[in-house]
Amino acid sequence: MKAPVSWIRELVDLPESVTTEVLTDRLTALGLKLEGIHAAGAGIEGPLVIGRVLTQDKEPQKNGKVINWCTVDVGDANGSGEPQGIVCGAHNFGPGDKVVVILPGGVLPGDFRISERKTYGHLSAGMICSAAELGLPDDGADGIIVVPADGPEPGTDAREFLGFGDEVIEFEINPDRAYALSLRGVAREAALGFDVAFTDPAVRELPEVDGKAWQVDVEDPAGCPVFAARLVSGFDPTRPTPEFIQRRVEQAGMRSISLAVDVTNYVMLELGQPIHGYDADKVAGGLGVRRARSGERLTTLDDAVRELSTEDLVITDDSGPIGLAGVMGGATTEMSDTTTRILVEAAHWDATSMFRTGKRHKLTSEAGKRNERGVDPLLPGVAVDRVVELLVAHGGATAEPGFTLVGTAPERPTITIAPDLPARLSGIDISAMTTVEHLRAIGAVVTEHESGALEVVPPSWRPDINDPYDLVEEVVRIVGYDQVPSVLPRRATGRGLSRTQRLRRRIGRTLAGAGCVEVVSFPFVGPATFDKLGLAADDPLRTTVGLANPLSSEEPSYTTTLLPGLLNAAARNVGRGAPGVALFETGTVAFPSDNGPAPIYGVHTRPSEAELEKLFEALPVQPLHLAVVLAGERTRSGWWGAGAEAGWSDALSVVRRLADELGVEIEVTSAARMPWHPGRCAVISVDEVVIGHAGELHPTVCKAFGLPVRSAAVELDLDALMAAAVDVTPGPVFSTMPLAKEDVALVVDDAVTVAAVEDALRDGAGELLESVRLFDVYTGEQIGEGRKSLAFALRFRAADRTLTEAETGAARDAAVAAAAERTGAVQR
Amino acid sequence: MSGPNTDYDPVEVAAVSPAEVEAARDAALAAIAAAADLEQLKAVRTEHAGDRSPLALANREIGALPPQARKEAGQRVGQARGAVNQALAARQVELEADNEARILVEEAVDVTLPTDRDPVGARHPLTTGAELIADIFVAMGWEVAEGPVIEAEWLNFDALNLGPDHPARTMQDTFWTDPGEDHLVLRTHTSPVQARTMLTRGVSEGAPIYVVCPGRVFRTDEYDATHSPMFHQVEGLAIDEGISMAHLKGTLDHFASQMFGEGITTRFRPSYFPFTEPSAEVDLICFVCRGVGHDDKGVCRTCRGEGWIEWGGCGIVNPRVLQACGVDSTRYSGFAFGMGIDRTLMFRHGLEDLRTLFEGDVRFTTAFGSEL
Ligand SMILES: [Zn+2]
Repeated sequence: MKAPVSWIRELVDLPESVTTEVLTDRLTALGLKLEGIHAAGAGIEGPLVIGRVLTQDKEPQKNGKVINWCTVDVGDANGSGEPQGIVCGAHNFGPGDKVVVILPGGVLPGDFRISERKTYGHLSAGMICSAAELGLPDDGADGIIVVPADGPEPGTDAREFLGFGDEVIEFEINPDRAYALSLRGVAREAALGFDVAFTDPAVRELPEVDGKAWQVDVEDPAGCPVFAARLVSGFDPTRPTPEFIQRRVEQAGMRSISLAVDVTNYVMLELGQPIHGYDADKVAGGLGVRRARSGERLTTLDDAVRELSTEDLVITDDSGPIGLAGVMGGATTEMSDTTTRILVEAAHWDATSMFRTGKRHKLTSEAGKRNERGVDPLLPGVAVDRVVELLVAHGGATAEPGFTLVGTAPERPTITIAPDLPARLSGIDISAMTTVEHLRAIGAVVTEHESGALEVVPPSWRPDINDPYDLVEEVVRIVGYDQVPSVLPRRATGRGLSRTQRLRRRIGRTLAGAGCVEVVSFPFVGPATFDKLGLAADDPLRTTVGLANPLSSEEPSYTTTLLPGLLNAAARNVGRGAPGVALFETGTVAFPSDNGPAPIYGVHTRPSEAELEKLFEALPVQPLHLAVVLAGERTRSGWWGAGAEAGWSDALSVVRRLADELGVEIEVTSAARMPWHPGRCAVISVDEVVIGHAGELHPTVCKAFGLPVRSAAVELDLDALMAAAVDVTPGPVFSTMPLAKEDVALVVDDAVTVAAVEDALRDGAGELLESVRLFDVYTGEQIGEGRKSLAFALRFRAADRTLTEAETGAARDAAVAAAAERTGAVQR
Repeated sequence: MSGPNTDYDPVEVAAVSPAEVEAARDAALAAIAAAADLEQLKAVRTEHAGDRSPLALANREIGALPPQARKEAGQRVGQARGAVNQALAARQVELEADNEARILVEEAVDVTLPTDRDPVGARHPLTTGAELIADIFVAMGWEVAEGPVIEAEWLNFDALNLGPDHPARTMQDTFWTDPGEDHLVLRTHTSPVQARTMLTRGVSEGAPIYVVCPGRVFRTDEYDATHSPMFHQVEGLAIDEGISMAHLKGTLDHFASQMFGEGITTRFRPSYFPFTEPSAEVDLICFVCRGVGHDDKGVCRTCRGEGWIEWGGCGIVNPRVLQACGVDSTRYSGFAFGMGIDRTLMFRHGLEDLRTLFEGDVRFTTAFGSEL
């Protein structure tokens, strides 16, 4: 909402001491947020005057351009009274037109100094100005500013006409303050803010309602509670818009179109009530208001043909719909440059219906913006009468007798409020008297009940006020939000972070300690993403929660895996020159639950437990995942020697480190699973439940993402891992008796896993075994094709004594025997 | 060596002259002092203190002396041998120390050599930032509540007083899941977590609600330097008896000073949010220029000369929300607030481009490695 300060001052008796800055500060404190102050004319100096074009000679140039050599009457502004010769490139004006001229010695915005200069064979003494050259907002006219004929005389300083010195305040109006989408509303707030008199432009004497202006039939009073109409005739469509109306309409950011249209817009700005003018000669029969019928169409003023919905409110005549009610008029009854009889209409519309219609037809208009937020229902009659007044005064029209006003304004609710509620909710010491005073100041009717409670009827222009808490806000904003004291609540008795919250922090720190850098990426994926991961057509990861309105049609789903975002980030780092990169991300992924749509409940009571359960079950399953990617150098090369390239074992090492940190025993088995290398992928399980995978990425996946081959990755279900985490670590018991060591080398088939041999050794060695650790793997001719030699260090220790050689030897032999039996191992 | 030595042939015994003993001692001491390293000292030891050394031989002769002469000679030789042994020991210690010092000098390295073998990890500032915020509130006795990112429409909107035709519902440009009839959205704020907390936990005597809800939220904004379809919010909710805007202000002032430094407070401006009534925008005193708007270098870049930074929204929880979430609004009142974590980090750390948070460039994130 843009409001010129001069217009505000016309309606409010603001003292001179109230500067624009003081005014905007106060209005901001009241809830009209300042968006900006536009001061037209900033950067303009020297003689800027009104001129009248006397002659205009068109002179074609060699470069194909046509310039105008003009003489312009600038009165005495040039000191001589002689016409001023000026070259001008614009063509939207002609002899006799009044224009705005800057004379030599003047300065335009951007320190553009004007002087006499030779150009196109003439001595051009000044410049005929466009809005852009004056630093004014685009007025829509392509070219220089043409001053209305009734504008100031030649030689007059043009600043006042251009509205210079008149600052325009732009407000951001919150949805609950629709009344402030008008000068009436802004001025009322200013009066409230400075406790000064306010002239309500909506207070006017109206003619008697006789229903004779036009026949009106409102079929849908719920959609259109109030409908007002008046008629003028003898309107002179050639009359220009008076200068003050044109200026104010343009200051508000709207285009000046024609007198009749400008007047309706002017009154809308003044009062906040949208108004529509029809060419009465084009209206066939009486007006009706109803919902559109299935299949009906309407060509609106913007020349769009609109398929109407049976929910759309329309205004009709005998021909059918002639306007999309409250949002935009129709083309067939549009006022033109020959219109002499104008039917002026204003109505109060159901805000929800307006909102839906605007949304359905993707139409935003100044009228719709106000109607969908809620307009004062007492205004329609006032607004049409005001428009008639202006058409008569400035358009030579005659007001036809007759005033049609159908319907009545909806009743405002009576709200009962305890007088101390504002004090209780704000923490400010606000007396009951202050509460009453401030509620009256906003226009509410307040009755003090015997019980002490207040009965409050909010004013007609405040449809947003319906609850006691709404009234509290009104009282507190007038008292001032800056009066709210600062007091810490003291009753919070929380239990600290939850188990999973603490575990998540620990997981993040462990990974960072393992040299991994955390990444936050977008969770949007598409089929191409899964193709890059090499997932089969029936891979469950392809079953996603889709988005109805994705930002990119390439990525229409919420992801089921964190790897794509992480692999892209890794590739980005490698592309930017990182010799190696280790990244991790934690975040939720989503899998459809297929439990049916999520119910929509009412809001007047809490849903039942069963209803809540149904709601929660309808949500997709959203487990917390962890992904890690390791690419390129895992440890750096340096003077100490070569670094190590990341590989499958680094991925597993990260998993094991995490499992150790959480005290979780994981099982590792091998599997072929995209996007991993089929022979280098580990399945990670806890208690035989798979919680994720780790290993080297498939070479084609590395290639697809632009990562070095042998890059490794991990993806785990963190919820599952955390669920298995140890809560209380049992105190470890260990012996301090001497240690006995035995090394064994066992030859097995390649297919036998280390884990299998290790398990057999452990089982065979019995209780005396403290640990077993693989320390070497050897393959070669000595062992034979398809075989490998595994060297294990066995450590034995008893709880209560020093072991004898015989005991240790027996335990070792038992271990080897078990390995031989279960894995075919042969001792070397 | 002690005791009489009866094997000696007294005939061969020469006189143990004091001059000879003295000369032998002096020669030994001179040789010890002249020994330059442990090797030389070892040779000196054999020559001057060994079995065949003059003093050892002299010692042997003592037994052959007449008894009356033995005592004096014994004393003389003993003293000389003691002096030599002492000198040997001292020189041994000296030379060993020299030797050790030389080895240490030889082992010196260039300590400016790089040592960055191991990769450096770091957590994301969005994570540590959210934890910092959580810790500030947990220290006040609040808890941290969380909820799903893909949320029921009813919880994201209806329960929060954003009815089907509420203008805010389109203002927020929501991501809907497909099909729309599933009534699921990518949550547009973390407020549904507040609703969930009220719905699942409830409020009762002695069990008020004080929770902060940090989390990831989505709006269909195009991705640029200041907008992102995904960003992070932290919201707070307090439901208790007698809660007022004063408690809200106190909490936010405390939060601001913990986050931005002592003396940094907030101010409220009237605003509109369906979830709250009365509602306010929260501004923060600029922690760089401390509200002045400029510094020595000119207009403050952090607050663009305003002296205040827009931080978030807040207010008293609308009783309609309490009603939908099963809280008795005649007995309890509450406040709620919310701010963007990403935006907070942007002005706290002077980040120019929001996108650096989501690009995953390790140079960005590791710079925050030392953040608390
Ligand atoms: Zn500042």
